[in-house]
Amino acid sequence: MRPSASALVGLVQLLVGAYPRWVGCAPEPRQRIYFANHTSHVDTIALWAALPRQLRERTHPVAARDYWGTGFRRYIATKTLRAVLIDRTREDKTTDPLEPLLRVLAEGESLILFPEGTRGPGALPGPFKSGLYRLAQAMPRVELVPVYLENLHRSLPRGAFLPIPLTCTVRFGAPLGTVAGETKEAFLERARAEVVKLSAAPQ
Amino acid sequence: MNVDTRWLTVLGGILSLLVVASVIGTLLKARATTEAKRAVIDNLNARTKAWWVMVAFLVPAFALGWVGTLTLFAFTSFFALREFITLTPTRPGDYLSLVLSFFVLLPAQYIFIGVYGYGMFAIFIPVYAFLLLPAVAAFAADTEDFLTRCAKIQWGVMICIYCISHAPALLLLEFPGWDGSPALLVIYMLLIVQLSDVLQYVFGKLFGRTKLAPQVSPSKTVEGLIGGGVSATLIGGLLWPLTPFTWQQSLVMAFVIVVMGFLGGLTLSAVKRGLGAKDWGVMIEGHGGMLDRLDSVSFAAPVFFHLTRFFFT
Repeated sequence: MRPSASALVGLVQLLVGAYPRWVGCAPEPRQRIYFANHTSHVDTIALWAALPRQLRERTHPVAARDYWGTGFRRYIATKTLRAVLIDRTREDKTTDPLEPLLRVLAEGESLILFPEGTRGPGALPGPFKSGLYRLAQAMPRVELVPVYLENLHRSLPRGAFLPIPLTCTVRFGAPLGTVAGETKEAFLERARAEVVKLSAAPQ
Repeated sequence: MNVDTRWLTVLGGILSLLVVASVIGTLLKARATTEAKRAVIDNLNARTKAWWVMVAFLVPAFALGWVGTLTLFAFTSFFALREFITLTPTRPGDYLSLVLSFFVLLPAQYIFIGVYGYGMFAIFIPVYAFLLLPAVAAFAADTEDFLTRCAKIQWGVMICIYCISHAPALLLLEFPGWDGSPALLVIYMLLIVQLSDVLQYVFGKLFGRTKLAPQVSPSKTVEGLIGGGVSATLIGGLLWPLTPFTWQQSLVMAFVIVVMGFLGGLTLSAVKRGLGAKDWGVMIEGHGGMLDRLDSVSFAAPVFFHLTRFFFT
């Protein structure tokens, strides 16, 4: 494993714990999209650090280019996390912003995705954007695993720089099943409900 | 007996105790017939395992001298405070107070022990942090439950940083006419507290009939408290060669440590259950969190420190 990755994982574990709890599935080397609630800048690294090392090597966080795309953050994102950067701003309307994600999935790799698209203020996620639905349509065989990140919104509230070193847990739920003829809205609401359900799981 | 042989005796004693406990635990486990018995033995074995880990951390820390000891207890405070704050509801307005508690107050308290000694370490948190924390919180302009929130953070800081820091602060004490190292006193106190905990548990399982405080701590019984408390006090009396005390004084000190340890366990159990949890965390297998093991130390350490300082230095 790359030394920068080990150091980053160690630092995040010391600061926020990021203890994994495999509630609904096992840490198996399957191709998956892990989707989670998004409340802080540590979320990406915390979820990634909670995966066992072998899975981490084949799992790429999806990160916004406008935040992670410059300077030191870019180094962490591209070299350490090997994240896939996407354009949230979409100035160029001719290309598909999901195209880089589909390319990574086509190579058999897994993704970490925050379907809200931006950080929310509270313990529960806001409405999901349609990206997760489109990826699921394009790649029906990839498992969609809901993940709930607990306490991270307390640890690093919006605008804060230094995380409060609370014990944060990362709960992995059961993969989403398929429902025939489901609309996009119903799918996204069901996916969100699975994350919400994990927020109440026993410790 | 000179200092070195005393250390070797203590270390040898603790290690043999752990070896015996591990062997007995393995034998009992093989012989356990019912599910309930097995659960009790598993609990005891998990405790033994956790003590191996504690010894593995304590020995090198003591060997490194006061820097090592202070560092170890600083990390202990860090994990304890983390467990406390994790279970305690906070609001975004508490952010600055919490950052201050973890990253400024905690290291400062342990640095003060090492650098400035008694005067600063004894008043820093009760005076300066007491006034500073709510002032910092007031800047966040969130008045909802303000007093309650401040009290919760201050309680966490007092128990997890201030009280626990009294254990390594024993190193500050100097005893005229005693050739031992005060680090032996840290071991002495930790041994009595931990023995009292486990003996109360064992006596409670063997003879426990009368629940002491079922809502607060369902495993505590009157029989356990008396049996475990008395035997830990007696063992504490026998440990007088580790201390500047006579055996009678050692008996009294051990009794105080046992009583304070018991009160600490009971009180923090009430706090924990008030916050809706059974264990403080999951850090130590079989022991719950760091605070589940240190609840009794947090009450025993300050009282033992001050009694020793007042009467013997």
